[in-house]
Amino acid sequence: MTDIETEMKALMLRGLAGDAPAYRQCLALLGVRLRAYFTRRMSGAPGDVEDLVQETLLAVHLKRATWDPSQPFTAWAHAVARYKLIDHWRRGRIRQTLPLDDHAEFLAAEAHDPGVGIELDRALASLPDRQRILVSDVKLAGLSLAEAGARAGISEGAAKVALHRALKSLAERMRRADR
Amino acid sequence: MRTDELIDALAADAGPAPGGVPARRLALTTLVGGLIALALVLLGLHARDDLAEAMATRFFWMKAAYTAVLGVAGFWACERLARPGASGRKAFWLAGGVLALYFALALFRLMEASPEARMPMIMGKSVMHCLGSIVMLGAPMLAVALVAMRDLAPTRPALAGFAAGLFSGAVCATVYGLHCGENAMIFVSAWYTLGVLLVGLLGALIGRWALRW
Repeated sequence: MTDIETEMKALMLRGLAGDAPAYRQCLALLGVRLRAYFTRRMSGAPGDVEDLVQETLLAVHLKRATWDPSQPFTAWAHAVARYKLIDHWRRGRIRQTLPLDDHAEFLAAEAHDPGVGIELDRALASLPDRQRILVSDVKLAGLSLAEAGARAGISEGAAKVALHRALKSLAERMRRADR
Repeated sequence: MRTDELIDALAADAGPAPGGVPARRLALTTLVGGLIALALVLLGLHARDDLAEAMATRFFWMKAAYTAVLGVAGFWACERLARPGASGRKAFWLAGGVLALYFALALFRLMEASPEARMPMIMGKSVMHCLGSIVMLGAPMLAVALVAMRDLAPTRPALAGFAAGLFSGAVCATVYGLHCGENAMIFVSAWYTLGVLLVGLLGALIGRWALRW
């Protein structure tokens, strides 16, 4: 149980220091757990599950400044996931309560194939061209931010800012999508 | 889009989060909101005529300390509630504790006074002006605080909104002390506190729907 905490926390700290491969690995481990966590709580609608996994991963990324590195990373991520699930139900006008004490279960997750989400594609399609192309370029593994920026004719720093803005508006659009 | 493709896109944006940690955002809120309130007090309401003499009295500083500590508690509550999984309980205990302590001191002072002097001490001369001013001064800072909180990650919207209101109301009540000429602790304990709590209530009502992310 705590092994996964140690591992994910170490990866997250490296990610915050700018280590992209470590960060990717951390998010991948988290994605598996999120999928299992949401699947158990959302009957049917596997498409909804993947949309929520993706929305939560975006939130974890954009809100990472609110994680206090002196605290367990998985507890923070669990609280984000819990909030996203409650928010999802609220938007769908479903009233449910979630126990706070299912953290151990959040840590223990079996592996699944990475799923496909629908809402993210819709949100992506509604982005301005420049942002959309940038996101599409970097999501294809291998193309670095510098290379994607070069293709768009902007510097790596500008590409970083543009990507961050694109991710932020993606998160906002996804949240509004199922209102 | 596949989730692993999304993860690749996120990994390309790895590194420290822009904008800094919650405490930095909230410190900036204090500065901006406090300066707006200061400008409104100095240019709109004007400082009290006897400010220099008042500043030589202990009462003036006890009033400022009371609202300032409430502001610190509000800041602390916001800093905690901006983080998923954290609770603002200790901060609210601090606020409740200082509120009770100041009220006890004020009550002691009130009981020392002669019975016929008590009602004028409580009601002062400016109850509505005081309440209205604290809410009006607190509102701009509350807006700034709610924007900051929304950029962070509060998971309890109404409570986080209340904390933002407590924080804003208390900081702006401290600034309002430069204008207010009331001299009874019981007046501050009753009406300043109520003004701050009204800003807190406003924050909770707006936070309920505005603090979603």
